[in-house]
Amino acid sequence: MGEVKLLGGLGFSPYVNRVEMALKLKGVEYEPIAEDVKNKSPLLLQHNPVHKKVPVLIHNGKGIAESLIIVEYIDQVWQEGPPILPKDPYQRAMTRFWAKFIDEKCIIATWKACCSTGEEQEKSKEESMEALKFLEDEIKGKKFFGGENIGFVDIAANFIGYWLPIISEVKGVQLITEEKFPNLWRWMNDYCNDNFVKGILPSKDALVERFKSK
Amino acid sequence: MEKSNKGVQLVGFWVSPFVHRVKWGMKLKGIEFEYIEEDVFNRSPLLSQINPVTGKVPVLVHDGNPLPESSIILEYLDEVWSHAPLLPLDAYQRAQARFWATFADQKVFESAWLSVCSKGEIQEKAVKDAIGHLERMEEQQGGRRFFGGDTIGHVDLMMGFVAYMLPVWEEVAAVTILDASKFPNLAAWKSNFVDHPAIKGDLPFKDEMFTYFQGRREVHLQRI
Repeated sequence: MGEVKLLGGLGFSPYVNRVEMALKLKGVEYEPIAEDVKNKSPLLLQHNPVHKKVPVLIHNGKGIAESLIIVEYIDQVWQEGPPILPKDPYQRAMTRFWAKFIDEKCIIATWKACCSTGEEQEKSKEESMEALKFLEDEIKGKKFFGGENIGFVDIAANFIGYWLPIISEVKGVQLITEEKFPNLWRWMNDYCNDNFVKGILPSKDALVERFKSK
Repeated sequence: MEKSNKGVQLVGFWVSPFVHRVKWGMKLKGIEFEYIEEDVFNRSPLLSQINPVTGKVPVLVHDGNPLPESSIILEYLDEVWSHAPLLPLDAYQRAQARFWATFADQKVFESAWLSVCSKGEIQEKAVKDAIGHLERMEEQQGGRRFFGGDTIGHVDLMMGFVAYMLPVWEEVAAVTILDASKFPNLAAWKSNFVDHPAIKGDLPFKDEMFTYFQGRREVHLQRI
């Protein structure tokens, strides 16, 4: 199927991790290439000149940027692995909606709720609660957002499932508790303990160190 | 594909560029639909019911199933009504189109809109950013008839607001973002776009847009 490289591989970024999950779900062999954000490689600057960010997937010499766009690309190109997005057009569209909601509302609000201060933090905490309530409703009655198996929304929600509890612990800001969000709490545990996901997540200790210094 | 019993409805607001994108998409594909105007400043129970998460327009309702978010609606239209495709079929080209569509929304739109909602240093920076983002789009446009090539595609629809709404914003905010002499590809593309039969007949009147956005600018400046 051609040569596949992942810029940003072997790192700690949840956005890179999304792509790694998709590649591994489809059984695609790839070469992970570590990137130093303070010293960006010529390959990164060549294949993502607009944003200069990881992840970038390089397939047959052509670069694709933006994690969720890359995951959709992987789903389309490698048809023989398990589907990441549903086949039904309406289900697909709603899947894309929830992934966008997670990116644009949940991640930004929860990150700020943990890492900002004062009024901005208070406002972000409120926004986080509102946003997480919608996710709570969406996961009710389902093992994963994708149903019985991990899908596009579960991949998009990796920050919520794994990174956020670690940041919360380091910064001392509790957002998702079992009492407030029982369904999301249950999903987080299923997700992080899933054998497949577990094997791809970066080490908790390494993440704790990184967030302590932020 | 089962034949729809409940048809297609589009819930929108007359001046929303996000709603216009979907209308154009439907026109390009020849999809019949019922348009329902919503006053976004005085939301009806309908809107809260069909889009409880963000409460925004546009919302497409197909066979009773509601779907918000203009870019997602356009992809849905492409999958259900697959003739006259808006997105390229090739996976790599598709990924590129999605990338530039996101760029149009998150960078071009956001910075241009900020220039309407601000003044002073914030506005100056917004204008500078918008010009920088347009330079990327100018390069991307590359002198073709449309971003989609010979026919209007997904990126054209996402960038469409630049062709007819940005000039109004520039006038309201008293700024220059798209100087035709500096952006010849985009200037030519603008004319191609607004002259296209699927786009032409359906644009809001310039003076109505001016009055509306002038009002919005005043509201935003009061908040600062």
